[in-house]
Amino acid sequence: MTAVEGLAEEQLVYRRPEALRDVPTHYCPGCTHGVAHRIVAEVLDELGVRERTIGISPVGCAVLAYKYFNTDGAEAAHGRAPAMATGIKRLMPDHVVFTYQGDGDLAAIGIAEIIHAAARGENFTTIFINNAIYGMTSGQMAPTTLPGQRTSSTPTGRDVELAGYPLRVAELLAGVTGGAYIARRSLHNVKEINRAKQAVRTAFQAQLAGLGFSMVELLSACPTNWEMTPPEAMQWIEEHMVPYYPLDDFKVIDEVQALMKRR
Amino acid sequence: MTVELLKGNVALAEAAIRAGVEAYFGYPITPQTEVLEHMARRMPELGRVFIQAESELAAINMVYGAACTGARVMTSSSSPGISLMQEGLSYIACSEVPCVVVDVMRGGPGLGNIDPSQADYFQVTRSAGHGDYHAIVLAPASVQEAIDLTALAFDLADRYRHVVMVVADGLIGQMMEPAELPPMQPLRKERPEWALTGAVGREPNIITSLELSAPGLEEVNLRLQAKLAEIRQTEQRSTEMLTEGAKLMVVGYGTAGRIAQTAVKQACREGMRVGLFRPITLWPFPERRLSMLADSVDAFLVVEMNAGQMVEDVRLSAGGQVPVTAYGRTGGVVPVPEEIYYEIAALYERL
Repeated sequence: MTAVEGLAEEQLVYRRPEALRDVPTHYCPGCTHGVAHRIVAEVLDELGVRERTIGISPVGCAVLAYKYFNTDGAEAAHGRAPAMATGIKRLMPDHVVFTYQGDGDLAAIGIAEIIHAAARGENFTTIFINNAIYGMTSGQMAPTTLPGQRTSSTPTGRDVELAGYPLRVAELLAGVTGGAYIARRSLHNVKEINRAKQAVRTAFQAQLAGLGFSMVELLSACPTNWEMTPPEAMQWIEEHMVPYYPLDDFKVIDEVQALMKRR
Repeated sequence: MTVELLKGNVALAEAAIRAGVEAYFGYPITPQTEVLEHMARRMPELGRVFIQAESELAAINMVYGAACTGARVMTSSSSPGISLMQEGLSYIACSEVPCVVVDVMRGGPGLGNIDPSQADYFQVTRSAGHGDYHAIVLAPASVQEAIDLTALAFDLADRYRHVVMVVADGLIGQMMEPAELPPMQPLRKERPEWALTGAVGREPNIITSLELSAPGLEEVNLRLQAKLAEIRQTEQRSTEMLTEGAKLMVVGYGTAGRIAQTAVKQACREGMRVGLFRPITLWPFPERRLSMLADSVDAFLVVEMNAGQMVEDVRLSAGGQVPVTAYGRTGGVVPVPEEIYYEIAALYERL
């Protein structure tokens, strides 16, 4: 901002990150994809890596994420983003590679790919958007749908006898040797959003240090398919999702611990 | 270069290495696992990328990612594994990034067996994945040809930004023959301008197969079709023998073509005027040459290791001018020259 004579120079306190394109997104009101995109973009800017980043979009509501991130991007087949990321990162290890995936993409059809990418210690970062439902296809059960939760394919509420139990992905992947940093955070209020950004930053820093696979699971809202207002949705995350999906660091190898301390 | 005794699968893999393949992603499946194993040893030796993926699904998507960086990449599999790769191949073809896929066919359908077969002709020529496109399909009939066509495959893939499949069967994959490998080509240093190399001082590159608007996707399809038309025009390949004055033309590709050759030669020794036409590109099918031959022969006999698939392409090329008969064995059974000879003789008598 330029100074105007007689007035103190104003400080720029808020701007669109360079890593986010100046285009409107298609997300619903109250959807936290926008927040998650922004967090990732801010971190890419702060780390100065936008120009060597390649983002991989999922099949899901974020299928068009490559239109929103101001980086090279690719669109993966459903669940296969970790395999694509593997191919890209192995050929270009000095680049920053991330996948951005929903709960169907990562935990249903793509569960093999994410587990093995973690096991191989593939040096990319996964942003995992857990909103306990399939958004893009209008509200079916996801692997992370809670017991008793109503969805279009569990209209009377998820019955664990028939449909089994939800997967706690962060915990699952934390058990895989090869992961460097596996964390779960939430996007349901400002405090948690700030903590989420810290975790995303740690994850990308782990990648830059070549420490292995990093993932941040982000509890997210889907007001449209949960059939709630945005404020109700945020409350639902706090009251129902957080107790089942605790917010914590599930895997932090020593070198990542050191990175976090140096901040 | 020296002539050495080489196993088909190993020769294919080493040919790819000589052609400058930078990354190989694969999964074990008989009868092509030697490709993976050879790559497992050689690629790390050369500082190139090798991964045994968790499945063929993962392998083809690793190929997709790596292809997006503009590098020469490949995978290999066999019938059931190719089925798993069809989704990835469709994405790759629509995205117009280059790659090479080796398919060493086995008996099917289903889990089938590990014996040689040609039962996936339709799969590779019609349905390398869902959607309106064809992969380029090259079919060697010997270890030497497998080497030569693998090198060609990478050149075609890059030239057209397309999927190129090299299809053999378990017999070619497993047999050992004297052959010559080409010298090692240096790895390319430059990446194409469309590749995902990081948006340094340029607008981001996006590689996607998604196009939500119908007119937009139609444009994508028209572009693909134009490319395929050019390929069809320019890349048809075949070989033939004893076609001069032939009344009956035997048509076979790969191992079937090679076995038929023995039968054809025997028929000629008996005084029959029989020739052999062997397609080398299964897609684009060598229709131009075959339809020319239809003008001068009285009949075609198509020999395949399946229930009759390429025979349909022969019929199309022959344009209804002459009868086209099919002879085949299925389930991994490999025909012997004698049975093909009897078919030739019986048909020839009726001409």
